[in-house]
Amino acid sequence: MPDPDLQRDRVYVSDSVVTEAPWARAVIIAFAAIFLALFLLLPLGLIFREALAKGIGAYWEALTDPDAVTAIQLTLLVAAIAVPLNLVFGVAASWAIAKFDFPGKSFLITLVDLPFSVSPVVAGLVYVLLFGAQGLLGPWLQSWNIQIVFALPGIVLATVFVTFPFVARELIPLMQEQGAADEEAALTLGASGLRAFLTVTLPNIRWALLYGVLLCNARAMGEFGAVSVVSGHIRGLTNTMPLHVEILYNEYNFVAAFAVASLLAILALVTLIGKTFLEWRYGEAIAHGRR
Amino acid sequence: MSVAAAAAPARRPFFRKTGALPGFGLALGYALTWLGLIVLLPLAALFLRASSAGLAGFAATLSDPRVQHALLISFGVSAVASIAASLAGLVIAWALTRYDFPGRRVIDAMVDLPFALPTAVAGIALAALYAPDGLLGAPLARLGWQVVYNPIGIFIAMVFIGLPYAVRTVQPLIAELDRELEEAAATLGASRLQTVFQILAPPLIPAALTGLALAFARALGEYGSVIFIAGNLPGVSEIAPLLIVIKLSEFDYTGATVIAVIMLIMAFLVLLIINLIQAWSRRRMGNA
Repeated sequence: MPDPDLQRDRVYVSDSVVTEAPWARAVIIAFAAIFLALFLLLPLGLIFREALAKGIGAYWEALTDPDAVTAIQLTLLVAAIAVPLNLVFGVAASWAIAKFDFPGKSFLITLVDLPFSVSPVVAGLVYVLLFGAQGLLGPWLQSWNIQIVFALPGIVLATVFVTFPFVARELIPLMQEQGAADEEAALTLGASGLRAFLTVTLPNIRWALLYGVLLCNARAMGEFGAVSVVSGHIRGLTNTMPLHVEILYNEYNFVAAFAVASLLAILALVTLIGKTFLEWRYGEAIAHGRR
Repeated sequence: MSVAAAAAPARRPFFRKTGALPGFGLALGYALTWLGLIVLLPLAALFLRASSAGLAGFAATLSDPRVQHALLISFGVSAVASIAASLAGLVIAWALTRYDFPGRRVIDAMVDLPFALPTAVAGIALAALYAPDGLLGAPLARLGWQVVYNPIGIFIAMVFIGLPYAVRTVQPLIAELDRELEEAAATLGASRLQTVFQILAPPLIPAALTGLALAFARALGEYGSVIFIAGNLPGVSEIAPLLIVIKLSEFDYTGATVIAVIMLIMAFLVLLIINLIQAWSRRRMGNA
């Protein structure tokens, strides 16, 4: 997104030659506003209306139902494992890609972005084919009594797959732009590599890192398709919040379904607010804003 | 390249990195290992499975009318929905970048909602909204339009999830459009419409096509936000990702694999097309 301050300078208010006629402008603005209101705001508002349709008591009951509580706990646990894993990967990958030149670099960037183009369902499927009972490694895993698919490890793996590029793709363009000169200066001044990373690189990338983690976390907690394939939908055991929403909805328990959904909608809103705040306050420090 | 190679010492290693900082081996090694384990190995398992199914396996799965229809629906509706999302996205990006109006910043932030909202949540909200007794579904039903449990419902969900891609890819380019070109066109006597279509539109086309391709890829693979509103009637409103799930639950691993491979190849093609568009735009515009 363009830098808001810069953008405001570029808004032309009353120059009739280089902007549309007032009526055309009104039509375009009205189209954008109505389209987004109908398409985005209405579904969002509906979630809360349906969740509270039978009062705050029923809402609370749905959220404190034991199955809902375990689903919430599982979702938090999965995100708590998957996000740090992708954080470390993102930093390592962007360190190698942005600070050095080596053959095959652009191919590596394409591979990092690859999970974005894979359907979530296919992402789940590949793990079933690899680790499932009839999978490539299934018999071997069974002989060691290791359960991956239809258990926590499978859910974590599928989540890591779909959120794989989030941190890396925020960091790579920013760190490429920043170059290696600052770290090299630190090294010539006698800092160790680790110290240069902690005291020079990390402060330079912290807001972009937070931005990436924010988006990564939102997707990790909200992922449905991939997790749905590997989880096996064992109620109270391998159901994450989105899967619990699906089950409740399919049981026509709409109040409970929308109640759990409202928590995820709040998560989405918090993510959007945090994201917008970071872009507004630290837009310069997030390459995303200038891509 | 050849000049550089000739100038280099005779025993130039095949793999050569440049950069003075430490930690290259560790960082790259870790990144490649993780990439291999999480992404490449599982995808390789998929292709291995597909190759063991062989041409006969592909033919058997693809001759099933239900599979054919699901693929047709997925590709067809994704294409139409991503085109619609791109057109709406252009107008929205234009309004958000060029005009100042109350609430612009909030609306701008809201565009990313489909990114942030979990797909299952979006799915049940859209389904409830457009159901015959829903807030929007009821008035539409009175007009005689049934928009859920058929391809129109799939279309609505796919436009919803594709919209941010369409808006966000063209928005930075609209912000960068050179105002002097517009002024020059105006002084040379161009009407505003001529300026818009002949001066402003051409530089936006590559970005709009990239947005279209991204929205298409996302719509094609989308599962959560589509299945609730689609109704999933085989042969009518069943999408390919759902059919993969169904095949899996029936233990038809070959069938699931075949559909997945077709979708994956399609996704790779879209990725390739995006890269080609960007290379073409760099050649044509002299920048990225």
